[in-house]
Amino acid sequence: MLNFEIVTRTDFSDVTYLLEIRHPLMAKAARPGQFVIVMEHEHGERIPLTIADFDRDKGTVTLVIQAVGKTTREMQQNCQVGTHLHAMVGPMGVPSHIGQARKVVCVGGGLGVAPIFPQARAYKESGAYVIGVLGFRNKSLMFWDDKFRACCDELIVCTDDGSAGIQGLVTEGIRQAIARHPDIDEVVAIGPPIMMKGCAEATRAHGIKTMVSLNPVMVDGTGMCGGCRVKIGEQIKFACVDGPDFDGHQVDFDDLMARLGRYKPTEKAALESWKESCRIRGGAGH
Amino acid sequence: MAKKKTIRTIPQARTAMPEQSPQARVKNFEEVACGYRLEDALLEAQRCLDCADQPCVRGCPVGIDIPGFIKKIEGKNFHGAYDVITDTNLLPSVCGRVCPQENQCEGVCTVGETLEPVAIGRLERFVGDMAIAEGWANVPYIERNRFKVGIVGSGPAGMACAADMAKAGCEVTVYEAFHEPGGVLKYGIPDFRLPNRVVDVEIEKLTRLGIRFECNTLVGRLFTVEQMLGEMGFHAVFIGTGAGYPSFMGIPGESLGGVLSANEWLTRCNLMRGRDFPNFDTPLQPGKRVAVIGAGNTAMDAMRVSLRVGAEKVYCIYRRSAAEAPARAEEIHHAQQEGVDFQWLTSPVELLGDADHNVRAMRCERMALGEPDASGRRRPVAVPGSTFEFECDMVVFAIGTNANPILGQTSGLKLDKRGYIATDANLATSIAGVYAGGDIVTGAATVIEAMGAGRKAARGMKAHLGLRDTDSVYLHDSADAADRLFGIDRRERGFARVHLA
Repeated sequence: MLNFEIVTRTDFSDVTYLLEIRHPLMAKAARPGQFVIVMEHEHGERIPLTIADFDRDKGTVTLVIQAVGKTTREMQQNCQVGTHLHAMVGPMGVPSHIGQARKVVCVGGGLGVAPIFPQARAYKESGAYVIGVLGFRNKSLMFWDDKFRACCDELIVCTDDGSAGIQGLVTEGIRQAIARHPDIDEVVAIGPPIMMKGCAEATRAHGIKTMVSLNPVMVDGTGMCGGCRVKIGEQIKFACVDGPDFDGHQVDFDDLMARLGRYKPTEKAALESWKESCRIRGGAGH
Repeated sequence: MAKKKTIRTIPQARTAMPEQSPQARVKNFEEVACGYRLEDALLEAQRCLDCADQPCVRGCPVGIDIPGFIKKIEGKNFHGAYDVITDTNLLPSVCGRVCPQENQCEGVCTVGETLEPVAIGRLERFVGDMAIAEGWANVPYIERNRFKVGIVGSGPAGMACAADMAKAGCEVTVYEAFHEPGGVLKYGIPDFRLPNRVVDVEIEKLTRLGIRFECNTLVGRLFTVEQMLGEMGFHAVFIGTGAGYPSFMGIPGESLGGVLSANEWLTRCNLMRGRDFPNFDTPLQPGKRVAVIGAGNTAMDAMRVSLRVGAEKVYCIYRRSAAEAPARAEEIHHAQQEGVDFQWLTSPVELLGDADHNVRAMRCERMALGEPDASGRRRPVAVPGSTFEFECDMVVFAIGTNANPILGQTSGLKLDKRGYIATDANLATSIAGVYAGGDIVTGAATVIEAMGAGRKAARGMKAHLGLRDTDSVYLHDSADAADRLFGIDRRERGFARVHLA
């Protein structure tokens, strides 16, 4: 039986946290680029999270989560070592294609740094020359740079304010990498849609193949609702079963970003109502 | 029993079923049809002529002994009626509610040639609901064998197949990708037609047969069908994953906010309980003016859910006329009563958005019926110059589904040209020991057809495993039906089974 026990928790910052969850079968099956859907409790919603790492020996799967709304904040508060998730299903999506590329740039922006890690490692294991480009708003939000150093031939850390690495967006890191290495075969980018759009634009003129991992709204994650549909060229694809990886030069990012905004008002209402209930419960306790 | 009934001596009118009024029910998710009371059931049971040729039994996809259970009701032996039904159908409360009986058992009822047919579905539901209320469950004597059977998908097809294989003595595990079992019965069909608690009770009964339900398990990704047969040690596998993968039309504006598939809309509302937001976390954002495209049962459900979560105006947009609509007549009637505005012979051409990328209007054109197409239905053709627009802030596509690609991507299963799983007449797939049935083989169909497919596949699996099929071996040579218990001949007990290598 599956029980989804949380065996490790690490806080990277006051908004970013890591959960390592026991699920031996999934640890065995998971491949880079795949994701899970979790429900924290019975009244919860189903949220997609990319698999940031997996340990087949320990039988665990690692998720890195940013507290942005009701569910992720509530999980930040409640998901402690020894507690259990109500549901976790996966691995979902088509695994990233680790092809024959000999020189690869792996770009992670913010929380996207976590899911790009298994890909960087897989490329390294396939014998490619791997350049990591990690972007954070500032040094205090930085995490896993040591993990990347261990599997990358070069690592470029970018911060918006220059408090670590070079100052600038990840696109600046990509520009520097391309300037140094004219023979880059492929760029893989994971992060906020606006960042992935920027990466796709940065490589388009150079004709470098660029794969991105899309993050639309999802419900079931198994291809039965189409909530995650995205425009790829002229076609409609479901990110949960046809993706989540797509050719960045084909993706309609504006459409993706507009669709991501659909539930903003209800998301805000959910967060407000939760904060209110926390305040009342917290107050009663004192 | 008194002397032989005739069409003249039985109650002439079909016994009405109490219903919530349209004004009341459109504000709640309680069941529309409240079910027969005891006196209603006894009265209606008298209408069955117990005719010799029993067309109703052949009209039922799973072949329930309909006159048999109705006679038990007439004799006030309700538990006996339940036993008769559950010989062939383990989910009477579900099927009595959602089967399209007018095309099945009731459609061929002898009484129906002269009067309204016997209300078989309502009687079946009455018995099923009484069993739930009284806590009856048929747990048959099961002779264990050494076979392990895996079922992929816990919808009606998977449940029916699981039940038959468990009764045959196999160790059965059902894998479900969602966090709760039930498939379309849970996420799709709304509570006002089929309460989720009814589904839960029926599933609980299946667990008493020893069937294990493993939720949160996405077969094809967590492990493959081939792994089930290999390292996981299953001797046979049944695939009943449903169709899923909703269709869109490919018209401009489909990616606007507020445009979604009926599957997404119903899942958010029914399974995830978005209608109770923020008590439940899944947001719903219901529209005030909702256009639902399509006129099948799913479209009716989507429209009626929309009304219940606060829509002021709901349109049904369908390119053919009412006569061709695939939904049950009763569902269309209920939707009309509740105030849905049916726009027959109308086809959308474009969805128009506002500055925030949300849908604000739909542009349609009127259609006329032309020559019959390959399916025999008259093909709708656009009327030139008939384009018009109307305002709406939500659009739901309920125009059908395509095959889900996951198992095709991850296994060596042969697919047909539309992407559904290819099977032979016994529902065997291209992989030995793997059977498939329901929507993933036929495309979207009905609950009872899926159950029928699950049972048919179970017969094929039993033959494959070398298990005797009590239904086909003993059903006809058994002189007395009372000699059978829960569908298994009493003489079957202790029968030593031989697995043909």
